[in-house]
Amino acid sequence: MLLLDIRDLTLAFGTGPNAMPAVEGLSLSLSQGETLGLVGESGSGKSITALSIARLLPSPPARYLRGQIRLDGRDVLTATPRSLRELRGGVVSYVFQEPGSSLNPVLRIETQIRETLRQHRPQAADRPEVIRLLERVGIPAPERRCREYPHQLSGGMQQRVMIAMALASRPKLLVADEPTTALDVTIQAQILELLDDLSEEFGMSILLITHNLGLVAQLADRVAIMYAGQIVETGPVPEVLRSPLHPYTRLLLNSVPQLGKDRARLTAIPGSVPSLPNVPPGCRFHPRCPHAQPDCRQIEPVELPAASLNRTVRCPYALTFT
Amino acid sequence: MKLLEVTDLQVHFPVERGWFRKPIEFVKAVDGVNLELAPGETLGLVGESGCGKSTLGRALVRLVNPTAGRIRFNGIDLLTLEGKALRQQRRKLQMIFQDPASALDPRLTIESIVGEALEIHQIVRGRKARRERIGQLLTDVGLHPDHRNRYPHEFSGGQRQRIGIARALAVEPRFIVCDEPVSALDVSVQAQVVNLLHDLQEQRGLAYLFIAHDLAVVEHFSHRIAVMYLGNIIETGSARSVTRLPRHPYTQALISAVPALDPLTRRTRIVLGGDVPSPIHPPKGCPFHPRCPLAESRCRYEPPVPREILPQHWVSCHLAK
Repeated sequence: MLLLDIRDLTLAFGTGPNAMPAVEGLSLSLSQGETLGLVGESGSGKSITALSIARLLPSPPARYLRGQIRLDGRDVLTATPRSLRELRGGVVSYVFQEPGSSLNPVLRIETQIRETLRQHRPQAADRPEVIRLLERVGIPAPERRCREYPHQLSGGMQQRVMIAMALASRPKLLVADEPTTALDVTIQAQILELLDDLSEEFGMSILLITHNLGLVAQLADRVAIMYAGQIVETGPVPEVLRSPLHPYTRLLLNSVPQLGKDRARLTAIPGSVPSLPNVPPGCRFHPRCPHAQPDCRQIEPVELPAASLNRTVRCPYALTFT
Repeated sequence: MKLLEVTDLQVHFPVERGWFRKPIEFVKAVDGVNLELAPGETLGLVGESGCGKSTLGRALVRLVNPTAGRIRFNGIDLLTLEGKALRQQRRKLQMIFQDPASALDPRLTIESIVGEALEIHQIVRGRKARRERIGQLLTDVGLHPDHRNRYPHEFSGGQRQRIGIARALAVEPRFIVCDEPVSALDVSVQAQVVNLLHDLQEQRGLAYLFIAHDLAVVEHFSHRIAVMYLGNIIETGSARSVTRLPRHPYTQALISAVPALDPLTRRTRIVLGGDVPSPIHPPKGCPFHPRCPLAESRCRYEPPVPREILPQHWVSCHLAK
């Protein structure tokens, strides 16, 4: 059974003629134990999608216009406040980009983790469990650290505390929104290793949201590439990264410099990501696409199965270029 | 002939306490750095946050004053200059910042931002010449000259970075410190800016100090790379040599930590334990020894000196071969 099943999600900010669609016709699914990478540049709608899973976006201004989100068999968009409270933490936990601003600066680490435990596993809300969790995420001297405040910890340590907190409720799905973007590469490697171990140990699914294709290559099983509020390509990581189909994915992969590969010039994608009110008609990528056809300007492409059964691509010409 | 020669450069910031703001300790942000740069060359400077790479960059253009050492630019000792003489030299040293949104004055038009330096250094005379020069600069960085009367908020991140570059170029510098010029930009736009910097270098023979934490970008863009850790340069050599034959255990860990794009070559990561120590109390001996997987007893008390291990490839490590 699918743990997370998003169908045709369409979400806009504002009302009437000023409504700005941030996510349009998005479908995603995730099974137990799977890691999905959701990749996109800023403004592509990836974080909004992530926040929608537990309905964390204040509504209004966000409005769900179409679609369905099923999480662990429950319909999120019509869930009662009580059932939402059970889903949040109980089924899905979040780890965000900046641990420093997600932790409460005036509470000790222990107090913050116990708060989560009291909510979801009241019988285990004690110090030994807090120490066990901190130990599990690799914090040295947890007995001492749990009495400290967030500012006494480094960025990497703070992110470990966030992960410990997310794990405290034993979620089935961990949504990690740019979990390592604020961290240095050596610390990033530590956190990646940790996430990988945890998903294996607890059979936990991970939705990894990032702009870094390298992270997806290292951690994820499947990948979905977003552009301007839509998914343009999905599939298993090795297939998508080795033989991308959508022109955007191809260009994105070519514009990332790689260690140890000689290339005099990077392939740059002309122009920039369109902002919400200025999404072009037709295919949203057509103004920047080197293969754009006249009808790309008018006809909005749909997601089509491509190359293999578990891949889709939102470009009718994807299989025609070489 | 070298364009820039830096010898034993130190930047220490005092940590002040008490009523009389008595300095009790020093943050040793840059602690004895030596480097050289030839005209038209790019030196990539990599390291983790807090290693002192930005401070080093700022010290080179004298945005912060070094506490000791020497900077020779074009044979002139920059650190003894003051007033007008300093201003004249500054014209040849420019800087591009990480976050173009906060590096541009939101209340000035692009024309004023780029033109300000032209006035200060009296590079062009007359309004017409000024207009022409600004138009040319905007064209050079890939912007439309008609955009001159717009304000920074009307541009995207990549375009703002182009404005920052046009401003730096206005005074015809020979050397530009680029402090994380692409890390705030979207991946698809990064390549545009990197390519632009590359073209400008070829056209004008500019030398760059390219500061970044993204090793792949640095390898791609630089002729030589210097790796910095806790205020020291621990390894330096040609970009190819440093990234393919890293000899310092820290550089090796740094390179292995870069996630590879190819899912089938999941690299064996050397995962370093712990965090970077405080630059107020850097470890004795080799600054890297508390995190080094190979550390021996002498690493704890004897600071390593740079050794030329491969041709033109210097490493500060007792154990490197």
